[in-house]
Amino acid sequence: MSRSAADSFGTRLRQSVPGYLFLLPWLIGVLGLTVGPMVLSLYYSFTDYALFNTPAWTGLHNYTALFHDARYLHSLRVTFLYVAVSVPLEMTFALAIAVLLNRGLRGLAVYRALYYVPSLLGGSVAIALLWQQIFGSDGLLNHVLSLFGIEGHGWISEPGTALWTLIVLRVWQFGAPMVIFLAGLRQIPEDVMEAAEMDGANKWQRFWRVTLPLLSPVVFFNLVLQIIGAFQAFTPAYIISGGKGGPSDSTLFYTLYLYQQAFGNFRMGYAAAMAWVLLLIIAVFTGLNFVLGRTWVFYGDEGVRR
Amino acid sequence: MRTRRVFAHVGLTVGALIMLYPLLWMITASLRPNTEIFTDAGLVPEHPTLGNYALGWHSTGVNFGVYIANSLIICTAVVIGNVLTCSLTAYAFARLKFVGRKTLFALMLATIMLPGHVTLIAQYSIFRNLNWIDTFWPMIVPSFLATDAFFVFLMVQFIRSIPVELDDAARIDGCGAWGIYRRIILPLLSPALVTTAIFSFIWTWNNFFSQLIYLSTRTKLTVPVALRGFLDATGSSEWGALFAMSVVTLVPVVVVFVVFQRRILAGMAHTGLK
Repeated sequence: MSRSAADSFGTRLRQSVPGYLFLLPWLIGVLGLTVGPMVLSLYYSFTDYALFNTPAWTGLHNYTALFHDARYLHSLRVTFLYVAVSVPLEMTFALAIAVLLNRGLRGLAVYRALYYVPSLLGGSVAIALLWQQIFGSDGLLNHVLSLFGIEGHGWISEPGTALWTLIVLRVWQFGAPMVIFLAGLRQIPEDVMEAAEMDGANKWQRFWRVTLPLLSPVVFFNLVLQIIGAFQAFTPAYIISGGKGGPSDSTLFYTLYLYQQAFGNFRMGYAAAMAWVLLLIIAVFTGLNFVLGRTWVFYGDEGVRR
Repeated sequence: MRTRRVFAHVGLTVGALIMLYPLLWMITASLRPNTEIFTDAGLVPEHPTLGNYALGWHSTGVNFGVYIANSLIICTAVVIGNVLTCSLTAYAFARLKFVGRKTLFALMLATIMLPGHVTLIAQYSIFRNLNWIDTFWPMIVPSFLATDAFFVFLMVQFIRSIPVELDDAARIDGCGAWGIYRRIILPLLSPALVTTAIFSFIWTWNNFFSQLIYLSTRTKLTVPVALRGFLDATGSSEWGALFAMSVVTLVPVVVVFVVFQRRILAGMAHTGLK
């Protein structure tokens, strides 16, 4: 390195001081609460660590043990089913209602706010408790069914239906993606629609050939966000199953099993391994989304389908 | 065309009613005697009473107001922490030049999508070594270290839309980086600060997981954790009292939503916040 280059680097470093000062809280946070703990968690995942002992190195044992842990594999299945069913349903509702609302109806703001309310409250303990009561054996749903002479069902107490009450709870919160869809729909220029109409495109054709391609970046964005969120769902499963993931582990979400291992059994190393596998799963799904996205996400400014 | 519109309105209204029915039913249930709750699917209580509220407020052995106060302390601290430190961070990334800016910015963006579970175990063990278990610090301190990168990103985007000429003018008038942040950026950033404050409040108020793992002493519990143990603590099936306290815990969020509705929905639309 020449002398002047070293000098200019020194100058640049000196000029960097105010920037670093402003960044100081974040730097401490990102090192002490994010990067540091990530590395530490990775280390724990190769150890036997119960919080009260010094971690003992066990190599890949935690990871191999995961694949022989029937409950773990079951929790994976439960979580995948939950994501695979609830996210598409939620997205469909969100898009359908957003398109309906976007037709210049009066009272758009009121409808939008009303449909958004469940998203606002849905993640809370209060709503999970409400769900537990509504779908309980003596709950509201069975009472309403009995009015029509239909025999009730232990929606939450029976393994066949418990997960579905959680899926309903998530789909109920379609207001959040709907608001994002609405914002996206407003960006679609009217003249494009009018041109399609003049070319004789009917409503369905306009939706499939014009609206949906132009909206596809927003659909993509929502999809990525919802999948990442759904993989990490915890509160409703915890509350509805009383922290156990039952009945018969039918609501044993990934995060719930992780919680049980970490804070119920104090198998911190094992839980850390689970966390890293979760990160990998989410990363793979997000990556897959981006790769597949190239085939169907349409970026208008490029003028061509990628 | 007109009948179509009427149909659309009817459909949307019915849809909204179905969506909101569970919430409305919970409010009614909180005003009913226990015996009537599950035998009445209607929305008008026959014998309305506030008894459930009085009962629920005291039935866990600790005054419910204590839980609310605890939640409010944590929420207030988090709001202050996020507004303060996220804006400092965002200003640095959006306006200041320093060595390694691109790399650090990429790192900040990467942490937005990071599932909290990969840091959870180690954070717990760190906080335990600091003797912070069963205190409010694990909930509060991270917000003073700008760990919620979503808000940093939101503010960076916002600051980029503020004309740089304003910075230049202030610099000519003798302002340093701090002066520009304090007198130019911060006032103009206020819409993004309000959005951050609102979402910080709502998310922290509803946040269950960290409060569940870090808090255990009954008098230190927050609203969500207290609500979870409600039926165990009362040792009975006091559904009415449970619903009454559930309504109490949802009211602050609904109030914030009603007051700041436009800003919340605009903020969501711009950033895709949940």
